[in-house]
Amino acid sequence: MSWSGPEDLYLSTSLASYLDRKILVLLRDGRKLLGTLCSFDQFANAVLEGACERVIVGDLYCDIPLGLYVIRGENVVLIGELDSEKEDLPPHMSRVSVAEIRKAQKAERDATDLKGLIRKRMEFLDMD
Amino acid sequence: MLFFSYFKEIVGREVVVELKNDLAIRGTLRSVDQYLNIKLENTRVVDQEKYPHMLSVRNCFIRGSVVRYVQLPPDGVDVELLHDATRREARGG
Repeated sequence: MSWSGPEDLYLSTSLASYLDRKILVLLRDGRKLLGTLCSFDQFANAVLEGACERVIVGDLYCDIPLGLYVIRGENVVLIGELDSEKEDLPPHMSRVSVAEIRKAQKAERDATDLKGLIRKRMEFLDMD
Repeated sequence: MLFFSYFKEIVGREVVVELKNDLAIRGTLRSVDQYLNIKLENTRVVDQEKYPHMLSVRNCFIRGSVVRYVQLPPDGVDVELLHDATRREARGG
């Protein structure tokens, strides 16, 4: 994944062809970061300019601005080139404010916790 | 380097890459490097409803360390050739 000349840029596995493009970075913890790729190296360490985190809860989403981000390569799962023409999510999804998405996130987390709790209490039934 | 060489052989074929986070992506293998990082073209996520954020991604780079499986085209392996290469590699060159 070394720096490559222009002739093999698009055939190499290097991220050079994504430089200055809008990309989506999927992290190991499931987070999704969007931004413009400024720099990278052989470990997939990456620098994102104008980064934001895209939080998706059900059909709601929000892009939370973060600024300039350096991502340590070991956390990277995937780097996707975003299509500049169709950058958006499916039409049924709607954009909400940061406060609203945080609320939705909390509700989802609470629901998951509750499900876990119920499952734990029902363990004696041996449902599996 | 056997697997690196092998993957280089199947560049241009359609594969499904399944990641350790269960995300499975179908696409044309564009390139592969020594870490088995993979670049895919014309990608389609197998379970699109679950991963709406991947809808607008057509080309992607996958870090080798997060790959669980690569599903190959059925005729993707010449077993005889692979056996030979494996023996050669095991002998050390």
